[in-house]
Amino acid sequence: MNRIIEYLLPPQRSSLASEVDSLFTFINVAGFLLFAGIMITILIFVIKYRRKSEDDVTPVITHNSILEVTWTVIPIILILIVFSWGFRGFLSLSSTPANAYEINVTAASWLWEFRYPGGGTTVNEVFVPVDRPVKFIMRSDDVLHSLYVPDFRIKQDVLPNRYTTTWFQATETGESVLFCTEYCGTAHSDMLATVHVLSREDFEEWLETGLEVDEDMPLADLGRQTYTSAGCNACHTLDGSDRIGPSFLNLFDSERELADGSVIVADEDYIRRSILEPQADITAGYPANMPSYAGRLNERQIDGLIAFIKELQD
Amino acid sequence: MGNQISEAVKPAHLQHHFVDVDQQFESSKLGMWIFLVTEILMFGGLFVAYIIYRSGHPDLFYLAAKELDTVLGATNTVVLIASSLTIALAIRAVQLDKIKAAVNYMAATIALAGTFMVIKYFEYMDKFDKGIYPGAAYSYDGIPHDMAANFFSIYYMMTGLHGIHVVIGMVLIGWMIVKAKKGAVHSGYYTPVENTGLFWHLVDIIWIFLFPLLYLID
Amino acid sequence: MADSTSNTLKIREFPVEENPKHTYLNADKGILSWLFTLDHKRIGLLYLGSITLFFFVGGVLALLLRTELLTPAQNIIDADTYNQIFTLHGAIMIFLFIIPSIPAALGNFFLPMMIGAKDVAFPRLNLASWWIYIFGALFALFSIINGAVDTGWTFYTPYSVQTGTAVVSMTLAVFILGFSSILTGINFIVTLHKLRSPGLTWSRMPLFLWSLYATAIIQILATPVLAITVLLLSMERIFGIGIFDPTMGGDPVLYQHFFWFYSHPAVYIMIVPAFGIISELISTFSRKTIFGYWAIALSSLAIAFIGFLVWGHHMFVSGQSELSSVVFSFLTFFVGVPTGIKIFNWVATMYKGSIDLKTPMLYALAFLFLFTIGGLTGIMIGALSVNVHLHDTYYIVAHFHYVMMGGTVIALLGGLHYWWPKMTGRMYSEFWGRITCGVIFVSFNMTFLPQFIMGSQGMPRRYFNYVDQFQGLHQFSTIGSYILGVGFVMMAVYLAWSLFRGPKAPSNPWRARSLDWMTSSPPPHHNFEYTPVILHGPYDHHQPMREFRMGVVREAEQHGTPVETDTTDITR
Repeated sequence: MNRIIEYLLPPQRSSLASEVDSLFTFINVAGFLLFAGIMITILIFVIKYRRKSEDDVTPVITHNSILEVTWTVIPIILILIVFSWGFRGFLSLSSTPANAYEINVTAASWLWEFRYPGGGTTVNEVFVPVDRPVKFIMRSDDVLHSLYVPDFRIKQDVLPNRYTTTWFQATETGESVLFCTEYCGTAHSDMLATVHVLSREDFEEWLETGLEVDEDMPLADLGRQTYTSAGCNACHTLDGSDRIGPSFLNLFDSERELADGSVIVADEDYIRRSILEPQADITAGYPANMPSYAGRLNERQIDGLIAFIKELQD
Repeated sequence: MGNQISEAVKPAHLQHHFVDVDQQFESSKLGMWIFLVTEILMFGGLFVAYIIYRSGHPDLFYLAAKELDTVLGATNTVVLIASSLTIALAIRAVQLDKIKAAVNYMAATIALAGTFMVIKYFEYMDKFDKGIYPGAAYSYDGIPHDMAANFFSIYYMMTGLHGIHVVIGMVLIGWMIVKAKKGAVHSGYYTPVENTGLFWHLVDIIWIFLFPLLYLID
Repeated sequence: MADSTSNTLKIREFPVEENPKHTYLNADKGILSWLFTLDHKRIGLLYLGSITLFFFVGGVLALLLRTELLTPAQNIIDADTYNQIFTLHGAIMIFLFIIPSIPAALGNFFLPMMIGAKDVAFPRLNLASWWIYIFGALFALFSIINGAVDTGWTFYTPYSVQTGTAVVSMTLAVFILGFSSILTGINFIVTLHKLRSPGLTWSRMPLFLWSLYATAIIQILATPVLAITVLLLSMERIFGIGIFDPTMGGDPVLYQHFFWFYSHPAVYIMIVPAFGIISELISTFSRKTIFGYWAIALSSLAIAFIGFLVWGHHMFVSGQSELSSVVFSFLTFFVGVPTGIKIFNWVATMYKGSIDLKTPMLYALAFLFLFTIGGLTGIMIGALSVNVHLHDTYYIVAHFHYVMMGGTVIALLGGLHYWWPKMTGRMYSEFWGRITCGVIFVSFNMTFLPQFIMGSQGMPRRYFNYVDQFQGLHQFSTIGSYILGVGFVMMAVYLAWSLFRGPKAPSNPWRARSLDWMTSSPPPHHNFEYTPVILHGPYDHHQPMREFRMGVVREAEQHGTPVETDTTDITR
């Protein structure tokens, strides 16, 4: 039994997960018993009362008050239990503890940006401490998105016109995947992020050092790392195939025909401008829907990306 | 319910699947009432949007409603109520076989409806001149509220949809005039005129709600 | 019509003509006699043909989606195409197939017959409803050619306002299709109120008609709100009126409230008629009086009523107030009670019956299996805390396919096989009918059971690309969907065969008791050549068959010598 439920659900990695899972288990078990009861009854009837001859005479049974009251009252009791149980869990999900660590989340098509209280920003990955309530204060730059971490059993839509919040307290260190679950267009299914749950010490250390860029890393390597961590890979491939935006392969120094008909050479300035003001030069044939990375990438990361793209020639 | 078959005279207007004239008349009328329910629900959606926006931004509605011309709105209210009276008289006239009077009353109703639309036209034009367009094209800056365009979006949606209904009503009444002149309606069969009248009363009633909700806010 | 000369009627049995020469099928000839027919039976068949076509189109789209999902990365189509296809699959299946399916096809055909009427109250509106439906379908087709739509069938703002696809023509299509739905609803309500034959009291009305009545009420109360919603959405796109667009101070959550105020009751427009068919099938093939007639009849109305109060359960994580979520969750559970009552009543009807596992009955049993799963998983996602985890995952996808396809489509197939002999005058192959039912039942479960598992494990819906861990389940589901497709092809083949080569059908092959079976197969142009008189309930299998074939003795006969006179008093 436990094994089935464990198979059905993602691992429990937040303090709220076990409460949600116990209700999930209860409904499954109660539902299965009810379902099995109905199906077995039908099976018995079908076998026992199968038609013996065309002239079978059946009794006239129009109703039975005791039976009918029973099968009205028992479901009512069951649903009241399920409702109150779900209500209790929902209360815990929606009442954030006062001492929560607050992270501001901005969703944009198609990336997640996390801003930490002490300054610093990460894109498409978020670092949180274990065993401490964390509150996401969320807002969208454009259309509706929804933040979903199955391991934590949390989900909340992200709206463009006001803040919404959700919270969790991770119970073990490790990585969990974060999905967008409100359909938001082309790369909806690539709008993922990783939640890194760190031990208290590691988290403190990461706050000190992780937000700073590794000065020793070669620029092109930093660019390759930024390519995935900032979510460029959701829209730009490295193998020449089209996704949402142009591929990075052979991009550098190529002549770009723009949507307004003019032609421009993809030099360092062009790439930098495309990162910071994506709508400035739209390559013909591609949608104008890239979000701006101004404030989301630092100077060294931009330089790194340019160096990385330069190397992509076949 | 038709628990008898009258093999007697079957009038020309009795459709084959009805048992008798009464059944046909009652069916048509019930159908019309149900249709009116759907109309009310459709406008109901707009009224809900109105309520939500007004309760969220009461100051907006107070400020923006001042831009509407209460005198013209009130005149239109009187015009529509008068048209409801003339259509009711038209139905009465058909029931009494006074077809000529009925045609005149219906023509008067169309004239009143036309008056309503002309007044509405001048109201719209006045707004457009100021730059009060629906939605994104809104360019008027005389209302000190950053959501003024939203009020007028609701105003144009409500009055616009109502205006379309007035035009549909005029067409229907025109059709009834043709029917009456051809002698297709009379004291024995006045269902289409009666149903058109019901529709026209609905158009009138919706306006009676729109007028205070949009024009008389303080 | 109380002014009758006497309150008694002379009635006699009218024997049914077998293998009739003159039927509604040969009453008129030529394609125009079909396209502009006022006969409710022909309009029902026009609808049946149209929904079959769109079910095929929607089904092919579904198979394309499933094929793409064989692997996580791009397989046969790109992300934009995938998004357009799932939008079209949803929009076509909902607006062009399932909403008109049972009411407009089978309902149109059998509602007047079951009350002994010659036609629906407004035959011209009925024809108009079909033409409006076709017109709406053309609009939908136009938007597919004109750049398709990629918003999901829900058209959520602000995405639907910003996307570059043909949202306006698609929403106008929905607006037009709504009119078609409203006209059908009005027609059914008036027909049921005004055109019932003598003796057909509300307590003798077949449960299929009660379910159509409840459906029609939902149609006329909910559809206008959808009309105004999509109209506002179109205006939002054309003029930017700012009601739903946050960049102009509008509120996207308000759009969701508007949308679900229609679209949740619409779920009951889709499923309630199915309940009606199941009641007919179970009673007929158990040859037994239905258990709890009033409980089943009134629970349809109860579902219709409560269905209007629960729309917010689609929005537990949308950012609506927590109090609303709690209230909506509470009310939602109360839809479960009347639904459960129906299931228990159907099972109780089979008790001590004479159960014959003909194809329609197999579909009814498949319905009980699949719909019960659909209903119980509905309890799961109605629970607030669990819903937060399952919302917008494959669990939801699986749930509504179990309800809509496992419920409505299976019931539609049951009804189609049940009434096939009456509609076409031909029998189909019972052997292939049963085999196909089995294939569809098994492959349906193969397709959608894995989706429950994926959903609980956290697989979000509307995903072109997915995390590798789900690949095995996705592939299993895809294989299931292929077999499901084969099942439908098998059905098309043996039904087509039956149409041309099938043996002639008797007038009442299942020995049912409702009025639709008391006329020839196929029925004559005016359904009955006499005015039927109803003495018993539609499920009174203990009463002799001849008492279900009574009709008013014509005046001409009364003066001569009636063949057989029965002076039963049926004063109402």
